[in-house]
Amino acid sequence: MDDFNPSIDEVNKLSQQIRAQVLQMTHRAKSGHVGSSFSIADLLAVLYAKILRVRPDEPEWPDRDRFLLSKGHGAAALYATLADRGFFPGDWLNEFYADGTLLAGHVTHHGVPGVEVSTGSLGHGLPLGCGMALAAKRDGRPVRVFVVMSDGECDEGSNWESALFAPHHRLDNLTAIIDYNKIQSFGSVEEVLNLHPLAEKWRAFGWAVSEIDGHNFGQIVAALKNVPTQPNRPTCVIAHTVKGKGVSFMEGQLLWHYRSPDANELQAALRELETHR
Amino acid sequence: MRTAFFRAVMDAASIDPRITLIVGDLGFGVVEPFAKRFPAQFLNAGVAEQNLTGVAAGMALMGRIVLTYSIANFPTLRCLEQIRNDVCYHRTNVKIVAVGGGFAYGALGVTHHATEDLAVMRSLPEMTVVAPGDPIEAELATRAIIAHPGPCYLRLGRAGEPVLHDSGVDFELGKAIQLRDGTDLTIISTGGMLTTALDAATQLDVRGISSRVLSMHTLKPLDEDAIAAAARETGAILTLEEHSRIGGLGGAVAEVLAEIEGIHVPFRRIGLPPGFAPLAGSQEYLRAAHGLGAESVVQTVLNLLEIAPA
Repeated sequence: MDDFNPSIDEVNKLSQQIRAQVLQMTHRAKSGHVGSSFSIADLLAVLYAKILRVRPDEPEWPDRDRFLLSKGHGAAALYATLADRGFFPGDWLNEFYADGTLLAGHVTHHGVPGVEVSTGSLGHGLPLGCGMALAAKRDGRPVRVFVVMSDGECDEGSNWESALFAPHHRLDNLTAIIDYNKIQSFGSVEEVLNLHPLAEKWRAFGWAVSEIDGHNFGQIVAALKNVPTQPNRPTCVIAHTVKGKGVSFMEGQLLWHYRSPDANELQAALRELETHR
Repeated sequence: MRTAFFRAVMDAASIDPRITLIVGDLGFGVVEPFAKRFPAQFLNAGVAEQNLTGVAAGMALMGRIVLTYSIANFPTLRCLEQIRNDVCYHRTNVKIVAVGGGFAYGALGVTHHATEDLAVMRSLPEMTVVAPGDPIEAELATRAIIAHPGPCYLRLGRAGEPVLHDSGVDFELGKAIQLRDGTDLTIISTGGMLTTALDAATQLDVRGISSRVLSMHTLKPLDEDAIAAAARETGAILTLEEHSRIGGLGGAVAEVLAEIEGIHVPFRRIGLPPGFAPLAGSQEYLRAAHGLGAESVVQTVLNLLEIAPA
């Protein structure tokens, strides 16, 4: 990772590659969560290309940064990212969801290099991240912890236990990134259980909060490259995103939380992604 | 048992800086010495058991050996999914410690009765489940779970339990301890019911009935050999636990007995009947009121042996 410093153009290529892989994977697997994977594709691309101190050839390097995808249903995007960065062979992606293989439909650590923790039940990543960050602090290790959460996930009370905990223990090596795509399982966040005003909530709990366009590479890099932005405070980056971002007929559509692309939709979506490269 | 637990944890923490104790804002009057002596190995996570358990798993994934500590059902049922997914699935070095197993906090009401914890913890993959029978077992069990890699659940009583073992008892996880031998029946006890098991055995002795008494301090992995030996060598088996009759020691022993070919031994489970115990009462009162007194045990044995083919 140390010698890996791609240009923004290359980061963009990576994010489009993640999306293309997600389409292929979900089409083959007849699985859902395409929209949830697309809304974090740009975040993942920046994290793994420009932010995280990790070593694909030494995934258990003790002082690596820890990345936790707490919204485990975005697994396809994470697997595609890890494969692209060389944590495991790209052809593993062909077996996503397949009988007797390692890549389950929610983020799975078992046997998968580069995956720190298994997730899938929401509200688990931030407490785990707090523990990792606290242990690193107490042991004087340079480890930083990054947790990506969904907006619907913020309904879970466990996150708010952690929201109290992290500032109290001055965990400035912890960054929570919220994929605020405004759509959860049953409808809009506003309709289901309104989070607004989300930034004020985290700020009131004592986090250093920034709000960014989660699809603007420059803004993502700026928000993450210099964490902590305030000493002794954990960082919360609220990334305003679009569910299904990158394919026009998927953007902002609840349907693409569930639907798997058929052959025609796959081709149409891949053609559209090509134009973004 | 609580005192014995803290003695063992303090000893271990002084030798191994990885050992970390996380409490859920409980333990007033007992955790302070640890907190004072090992501030870098102590954390009060507040009244937030889901986060507490996730934090414990996260710290363990960074190399620490973490004990979570609270009372009754708070460190187990309140954060059960964190235990399953974060602690067990990741096979973390987290030891969950509950003080107040059974009716130890009887007078505090049903919310504070830990009477299904063994069944629930026993069903979790990777989890070792331990319920020591006296302070000596509690101290040895604490050392054993700290030394054992992977998730453990330690169910303690509270304070003031009688010491039942001579010193120098041989304690090994998964290995029942025999406190007395006999031929007419075996009483298998877990947790703080051990004193009742011994009392009942003494009373039965007076009636000419000889009992083997086993402390089954580890519910998982279960000492199947000791159960099979009891089935072969003694005339009946009785299990005794301060826990629901569903899924705890009685259920676990029944599962083993049902699968031993060629042995049909008279068998009874003594434990709590289905339903809550909504009336206030001391541990002693509630045990007696729910058939867990030594006299009830004796009566059950007499009934069991009467119906047994002699």
